[in-house]
Amino acid sequence: MADGKAKSGLLLDIRNLRIEATVYPPGEAPKTITLVHDVSLTLEKGKVLGLIGESGAGKSTIGLSSMGYGRGGVRITGGEVILNGRDILKGGKEGFRKLRGREVCYVAQSAAAAFNPAHRLMDQVVEATLLHGTATRAEAEKRAVTLFKKLSLPNPETIGQRFPHQVSGGQLQRVMTAMALCSEPDLIVFDEPTTALDVTTQIDVLAAIKDAIRDTHVAALYITHDLAVVAQVSDEIMVLRHGRLVEWGGTRQIIKEPRQEYTNALVSVHEIEHKEQQPGTAPFLSVKNVTAAYGGGQVKVLKNVSVDIYPGQTLAVVGESGSGKSTLARAITGLLPPEQGTVTFDGRPLGNKLADRPKEDLRQLQMIYQMADVAMNPRQTVGTIIGRPLEFYFGMRGRERDKRVAELLDEIEMGKGFVDRYPAELSGGQKQRVCIARSLAAKPKLIICDEVTSALDPLVANGILKLLLNLQQVEKVAYLFITHDLATVKSIADSIAVMYRGEVVRYGAKSKVLTPPFDAYTDLLLSSVPEMEIGWLEKAIAGRRMESAGN
Amino acid sequence: MLDIRRIPIAALIGLVLTTLFVLAAVFAPLIAPHGNAEIVGDVWEPMSSAHWLGTDNLGRDLLSRLIYGARITLFIAVLATALSFSLGAILGFSAAVFGGWFDTILSRLVDLLMSIPTLIMGLVVLSVLPSNLVTLILVMGILDSTRVYRLSRAVAVDINVMDYVEAAKLRGEGSGWIIFREILPNALSPLVSELGLRFIYAVLFLSTLSFLGLGVQPPDADWGGMVKENKDGIVFGIPAALIPAAAIAALAISVNLVADWVLNRTTSLKGGRG
Repeated sequence: MADGKAKSGLLLDIRNLRIEATVYPPGEAPKTITLVHDVSLTLEKGKVLGLIGESGAGKSTIGLSSMGYGRGGVRITGGEVILNGRDILKGGKEGFRKLRGREVCYVAQSAAAAFNPAHRLMDQVVEATLLHGTATRAEAEKRAVTLFKKLSLPNPETIGQRFPHQVSGGQLQRVMTAMALCSEPDLIVFDEPTTALDVTTQIDVLAAIKDAIRDTHVAALYITHDLAVVAQVSDEIMVLRHGRLVEWGGTRQIIKEPRQEYTNALVSVHEIEHKEQQPGTAPFLSVKNVTAAYGGGQVKVLKNVSVDIYPGQTLAVVGESGSGKSTLARAITGLLPPEQGTVTFDGRPLGNKLADRPKEDLRQLQMIYQMADVAMNPRQTVGTIIGRPLEFYFGMRGRERDKRVAELLDEIEMGKGFVDRYPAELSGGQKQRVCIARSLAAKPKLIICDEVTSALDPLVANGILKLLLNLQQVEKVAYLFITHDLATVKSIADSIAVMYRGEVVRYGAKSKVLTPPFDAYTDLLLSSVPEMEIGWLEKAIAGRRMESAGN
Repeated sequence: MLDIRRIPIAALIGLVLTTLFVLAAVFAPLIAPHGNAEIVGDVWEPMSSAHWLGTDNLGRDLLSRLIYGARITLFIAVLATALSFSLGAILGFSAAVFGGWFDTILSRLVDLLMSIPTLIMGLVVLSVLPSNLVTLILVMGILDSTRVYRLSRAVAVDINVMDYVEAAKLRGEGSGWIIFREILPNALSPLVSELGLRFIYAVLFLSTLSFLGLGVQPPDADWGGMVKENKDGIVFGIPAALIPAAAIAALAISVNLVADWVLNRTTSLKGGRG
């Protein structure tokens, strides 16, 4: 640290920051839009400020401006960013080069994508330190090992020798935090560091990050869309919307006494009232003792799984990554033929392989994917995407088809104007709605929803869940809802199956599954869901009965 | 839809030149001042008002030969490229979609074909088979399709694992829809850029074959053949051989300018509206 480290005092002072970008809307001339409207903030040394808001709120853009960086054509056009007493925007390219990786470091959302897969972790962790010449390689590596220990990574002495693909997602995220801390910066920008992780892994990473921040006295900007997460790590919270400041205050004030309506909406999101339906007399789809494996029987991912789905009801399958929830969906749809066991549909066994199933069976089972942007062909318009099942299953053509497409667009609360749009011209929530419309077009009895809301902002996800519930009322369709988010489960499920390492560990009606006494895994899962309460993290860590599988 | 003013200048140049070449090829008998094999003057006359580009090694009008040559060159190159692309792309996509033994057999076959240098393979086949346009186009097309196959298979393998292809398979779509409606539109960008390149390779390969005497047979000549006929003149400072060579270069550049522009438009995920 060039200028000595005081324990208190102003570190970052952003004044009237204005950020603009040029956009190219369809059918119009390019125009300049303002992403961030004159936002100001201050951050003291050693403090953590949480930036929260939905996609497009400008939170990442503001976070990155503290290192003078504008992503993809974004320009900082006004205001000052004062770090350690000088305006970094005036420093030019040389100034940025000295600043980044030394005074300010960055932790990206997807560590898996941010690490270079061709280099060992250690080389990447110490790279910035060596480039800035603040330590020799031996010193830097020693420091890195200390950090690995502090972040409770397994085998801290040797983990640096591994390649990024050899460690799990949660570990990689912690290695990235170590990378940011290694050059002993004054400020770290955490850009949604736990969003891509399972709840059970998230809690470990959160705890590690929190401890590391406390022990190194580094200041941090913590960017996330999850208020419950940010409440655990930050001293202050800033709520942003459409590039404008909504509310800024202490963590306790924001979550307990929000003053703005929008903050209130964020705080109380997820509270959908859903009355549990009693299971009917006969399930129309039942999975009986299904065992499935990848790699020709080498890796068993489903072990003796049995679940039932009743008409017009929702079965939620919960579990962390690798628990086999998506594989269950693949076995039901026929993408992965089970080794043993049967799937019965409407009283008759379903063909094991996709190719053995008649078109009618395929129509009755539809699927919605987690990533709406890759689940739609980017070269097809919304009209083609929704219209194709109509053509394919019902032989609709021309005007009849277009009429039905318009009806479906109506049902998903999107207007007619979207028919000619391409997926790239839709927002995340709109994309997922189009995917819902595509599956509804087939008039199915069951829709398998594979983590359909986990890539979305909480408010948007909330809208999607409400839409799914409404559609269930209207279309009498059943859902198999795969998720790792227990809040989602509470708001949508009628019955729940908890999966752990390929087995169903708990199964039954929602009220029964969510009532104690719990088995160890369900307890871990339930207690790992961040609650909007200060001090929850410490309590949850202390009260755990088992380690999460990702560790 | 297509606004002339929005076409970038480079693409416009490419478009104009390519159109000129095509027009010259189509209307060759109307445009050419003299016949293709007609001897109208002395050997290697310099450029003059009677013979704008001079005459060739036998005293034929070079401009007329160039125009007739455009016809043969473009005709063979276009057909050979079309053949190599339809064959290579369809087989490549199918290999990616069907996988298994179909993919293995096809891929090893292509490896086998590619392991023999194209020129040597072409020379052997063409010296055995009767030398006419059909065999020439077939040989060129099939040899070139191995490259296209490799590219399209590689591209399609990546696309084939996307969720939207899985969604189509779950819907029960046949391979036809998956290959032509799901994969092809998304594989277009690399294929178009390859097309520009492959077309020029076809022109050059044809020229090479003609230069070696196995391509277009006299008295007809493609541009490569014309270079060969006039190559001895270079020693005496006569530029007759350079003119068809320049034509090849101009065609190569203009076709690629157009291909680059098409590429820009096909890469857009917003239907070229953005």
